[in-house]
Amino acid sequence: MSELEAFRSETRAWLEANCPAEMREPVRDEDDIYWGGRNATFKNDAQKAWFDACVEKGYTVPAWPKEYGGAGLNPPQAKILREEMARIGARSPLSSFGIWMLGPALLQFGTEGQKQRFLNEIARGEIRWCQGYSEPGSGSDLVSMQTYGEDKGDHWVINGQKIWTSYADAADWIFCLVRTDKENKYKGITFTLFDMTSDGVTTKPIKLISGSSPFCETFFDDVSVPKSYGEDCPAYVGEINRGWDVAKYLLGHEREMISGAGGGENTTTIGAAMKRRAAKEGGELDPVLRAELAQFDVDALAYAAMGEKFLDEIKVGKAHPAQPNMMKYVGTELNKRRHELMMSAGGSTALEWDSEETSGGKQPRGWLRTKANSIEGGTSEVMLNVISKRILELPGS
Amino acid sequence: MPLYHNDDQAMLADSASQFMAEEGAIPKQLRHWRDRDCKDGFGHGLWKQFGEMGFTGILVDEDDGGLGMGHVEAGIVLTEIGRNLTPSPFLTSGVLAATALKHGGSDLKGRYLPGLISGEHVFAVAIDEGGKHRPERIATKAEKSGNGFKLSGQKDFVVYGASADMLVVAARTSGSDDDADGITLFAVPKDAENMSHNSVRLVDSSMATHTKFDGVELDGDAVIGEVDGGREILNAMLDAGRVGSAAEGCGVAAGAFDMTVDYLKQRKQFGKLIGEFQALQHRASHLYSEVEIAHAVTIKAQQLLDGGSEKASLMVSVAKAKVGKAAGLSVKEGVQMHGGIGMTDEYDIGLYMKRDRALQEFLGDHYYHTSRVAELSGY
Ligand SMILES: Cc1cc2nc3c(=O)[nH]c(=O)nc-3n(C[C@H](O)[C@H](O)[C@H](O)COP(=O)(O)OP(=O)(O)OC[C@H]3O[C@@H](n4cnc5c(N)ncnc54)[C@H](O)[C@@H]3O)c2cc1C
Ligand SMILES: Cc1cc2nc3c(=O)[nH]c(=O)nc-3n(C[C@H](O)[C@H](O)[C@H](O)COP(=O)(O)OP(=O)(O)OC[C@H]3O[C@@H](n4cnc5c(N)ncnc54)[C@H](O)[C@@H]3O)c2cc1C
Repeated sequence: MSELEAFRSETRAWLEANCPAEMREPVRDEDDIYWGGRNATFKNDAQKAWFDACVEKGYTVPAWPKEYGGAGLNPPQAKILREEMARIGARSPLSSFGIWMLGPALLQFGTEGQKQRFLNEIARGEIRWCQGYSEPGSGSDLVSMQTYGEDKGDHWVINGQKIWTSYADAADWIFCLVRTDKENKYKGITFTLFDMTSDGVTTKPIKLISGSSPFCETFFDDVSVPKSYGEDCPAYVGEINRGWDVAKYLLGHEREMISGAGGGENTTTIGAAMKRRAAKEGGELDPVLRAELAQFDVDALAYAAMGEKFLDEIKVGKAHPAQPNMMKYVGTELNKRRHELMMSAGGSTALEWDSEETSGGKQPRGWLRTKANSIEGGTSEVMLNVISKRILELPGS
Repeated sequence: MPLYHNDDQAMLADSASQFMAEEGAIPKQLRHWRDRDCKDGFGHGLWKQFGEMGFTGILVDEDDGGLGMGHVEAGIVLTEIGRNLTPSPFLTSGVLAATALKHGGSDLKGRYLPGLISGEHVFAVAIDEGGKHRPERIATKAEKSGNGFKLSGQKDFVVYGASADMLVVAARTSGSDDDADGITLFAVPKDAENMSHNSVRLVDSSMATHTKFDGVELDGDAVIGEVDGGREILNAMLDAGRVGSAAEGCGVAAGAFDMTVDYLKQRKQFGKLIGEFQALQHRASHLYSEVEIAHAVTIKAQQLLDGGSEKASLMVSVAKAKVGKAAGLSVKEGVQMHGGIGMTDEYDIGLYMKRDRALQEFLGDHYYHTSRVAELSGY
């Protein structure tokens, strides 16, 4: 048996022993997802048991080095773990912006002290992070952001407003773009880290078309942020005024995450499920709908192969550095299409907004939520702009 | 297995890419033979060079004198063929016939494989009956006659049929036209009596035949595999040919795409390079995404097929369908973004459009394969 085959069977056995049956069921509600943080509570014992087992094994962040709370898996091992988890439908033990966004940026740009502290906290789910990028006047044109940190020697005093800050009201800390030099557009932003309970930070939830309020306006009124949290642990990532590089690097990971690449061979098609659903109500699929479902399934399976190739390539530096933008563009457009088709297949049942039978309108709310996929983390149009410029190298873009 | 080429495959890709760009280039092959109204539609000299390069034996087992490689490697050659629009009998001979002959006895292998490997001989496959690919239905009959069979019926879209030294023919030896079972594959030599070809030039200037079998006498040695056991071999041929044509389609898509992006960087209108217009940038970027995905799904299908996965057949259809759409988009956008000159014979972009059209139909278009994906998925 090769080393990798041995790893696969070990992994399978470990999952068998440690992943409770309840944690192998599809996520149904928001509270099926565990986000961690100071104020987090577990929905049930199974969720806690699964989380604890993963923390101990380093499987909340399997590819991170062991000293930062990971399991130190190499790319083929990480792929096997993904495949084996997908095979049994295992839920992610911990969802977090720390894992998807801040962590990769710290691994790339952080000091040793920052990595020791923040990465371990993230891996153990102790601190929940939110992302302070967008402002009312700066969305796609993010670099025009104005939130200002006035230099007071050993600390900054921050004033300004962020918007669309996902889960700001539930987060413990924020990674926040702060302008520290008004003269320099690109080289005047500092990537800062601070506590959301600091004096002068307030959040105000915004209600979405799906009816839920997962994101907020975030206000900073004379918030004092120290420049250092101790030895080798500055309050900013990278250099002062050079936060734009960190911000962009992080966006690559955010886009990769939103793209949903990683379903791999276990990506399921929707056509058969829609047919069964129609049959349950004594009907059958309209032939044109069947055709569109089939076209969707072709695209979804092909995209799953793309996701697999992308992840394989990115791990060995073969992928174009701007490729996450392409993945985000395609993956989010595809996800919107998936939900459109499921709404059509669902008919009037899929319109029910809060009935018990429909788990409180899970389907229409989910459908509406997907509309944000091609906006959050950079819009589809912006993705196409980036592909034009950085991959195709088209003029003037 | 990671979804990119390993070192050996990358080396093969380098040499195939260089060889095809030099020897298989559009002026040297496609235009050259087309403008001479060549009855074969390809150059025998180049086909022998394929033999010298070792391409012809990629899918032939090492025991039989080949290289014993897989669909990833065959696909590498096909993608370069597609990129350069190189006319050659590689897909029909080196992929489809080679796959059929894997299932033949030592007699058949001894008779045909050396000529395939050296590039001396050309092979064709006769599967389709009618204008659309419907291999589920086979009406051409082979009736028992003495120690052998008597073949009658008509086959269409037999690519390079008139140039072929041997045709692999799928015929019915029992059951009714729509039965899955009762199919037998025959190796029919070119000099078989009562076989006649109506050879026609296609839109991409390749040649294909409508081939009539009017009581063609074959002895038992002509049977590839078992009598009535041809469906399984046929399916293996179809998977191989479909993933191969997907690989070629990836090359066509990429070739047209590269030409178009280059053109966007050269052509000026309104005092600007047309590549500066966002309306074109977004379409080019969308096209880039589709072409990338086409490559990814093709290598995925190749690997699954090489690994003998049970999901291979589904993924082959996904690949053929996805590549069909992506390559179709690439050539259509390509002609459009070239403006008026895209319509001229002098510019190559139109040649991509024509090749794509023929490749779409070969072994099933994206409608056929999309529908097949639905069926294989249970709806
Ligand atoms: C659900 C959700 C969660 C989010 N979470 C966060 C978060 O946690 N933290 C955070 O900082 N932000 C977050 N965002 C904000 C998100 O990043 C922005 O919404 C996004 O960058 C777009 O900015 P905007 O909304 O200002 O739209 P605008 O930039 O005003 O765009 C409006 C329209 O114009 C188009 N457009 C803009 N510029 C161009 C151009 N150059 N070429 C072509 N078209 C263009 C856009 O594509 C879009 O269609 C979230 C957004 C959503 C929807
Ligand atoms: C079959 C045929 C018959 C014709 N007959 C005649 C005739 O009888 N008399 C005559 O005078 N002309 C004729 N034409 C020429 C025709 O009008 C031009 O081909 C057409 O106007 C496009 O110009 P172009 O070919 O220079 O393409 P270009 O203008 O170079 O366009 C190339 C590509 O860039 C795009 N593009 C250009 N500018 C922009 C922009 N600002 N924003 C976004 N995209 C842009 C175009 O849409 C196109 O896709 C004929 C053309 C054809 C193909």
